[in-house]
Amino acid sequence: MQFRITADSISAPERAQSLQHAQAGACATFEGWVRNHNEGQAVASLEYEAYAELAEAEGNRILTEAREKFDLLAVEAVHRVGHLQIGDMAVWVGVAAAHRGPAFDACRLIIDELKARVPIWKKEHYVAGASAWINCATKGNFAGADSPQSV
Amino acid sequence: MKTITVKYFAILREQRGEAEEKLTTEADNAQSLYEELQTQHGFTLPVDRLRAAVNGEFQPWPAPLNEGDEVVFIPPVAGG
Repeated sequence: MQFRITADSISAPERAQSLQHAQAGACATFEGWVRNHNEGQAVASLEYEAYAELAEAEGNRILTEAREKFDLLAVEAVHRVGHLQIGDMAVWVGVAAAHRGPAFDACRLIIDELKARVPIWKKEHYVAGASAWINCATKGNFAGADSPQSV
Repeated sequence: MKTITVKYFAILREQRGEAEEKLTTEADNAQSLYEELQTQHGFTLPVDRLRAAVNGEFQPWPAPLNEGDEVVFIPPVAGG
C-alpha cells in the first residue's frame, strides 16, 4: 500500500500489477486525465507541483483510512507532477477487494480525498495565452491586486 | 529572534520569486509569520485560505514556532 508522487509518466497496466491478490474478485481503478477545457476556457496544458514530503504522508493517510473503512486486499495510488499535456494521466488510483462494492467505494473515496487534502497544485495554461493556479484566485474582499484597499 | 526556513509552492513561490529562504523573525507562530511575509511580498491569498505545515506536518496556525523550524504555507490544493 503506497501513495507516491512521481515526475514520470504513469503506466496504468504496470501499476495494476501491484494489486494482484489471490483472494481478489474485484479491481477498481481511476485515472485522472488532462482535459482540454475547464470552466469555459480552452486549456493547452497543465503544470502540477507538489510538496512531495507532506503529499506522500497525507496520501498514505488516505489509503490507510480507506483500508480501515472498507474491506480491501490491495490499494495503490500515484500522482504525477511536472508539465503535462492534454490526454496525459495525472493521477491513478487502484483498489482490489474480494467484492466490487468496497472496490468501487474505496476508489471513489480515495480520489475525492486526494483532491481535497493532498498538497498538490495545478496551473492551467490556456490556449488564449494566460495561465492561472486553480483555486487560488482571490475575490473582492481579500487582500490582492483587485481589492479596493490596494487601489 | 529565531531562524526559520520557509519553502514556497505554487502561487506563493511565484509571488515570492523564490522556492525557499532562510529568515529571522520575531513571529511566535505560523500565522504571524505569514502575515509578516504577506506584508513584505504582497501575497494575494489571505491567511484563512491557507494551511500551515511545520517540519513536514500540518499544524494549527497558533502552534508555536521554534528555532530552526521549516515552515510551508499551503495554498488551496488542486490535485487530480
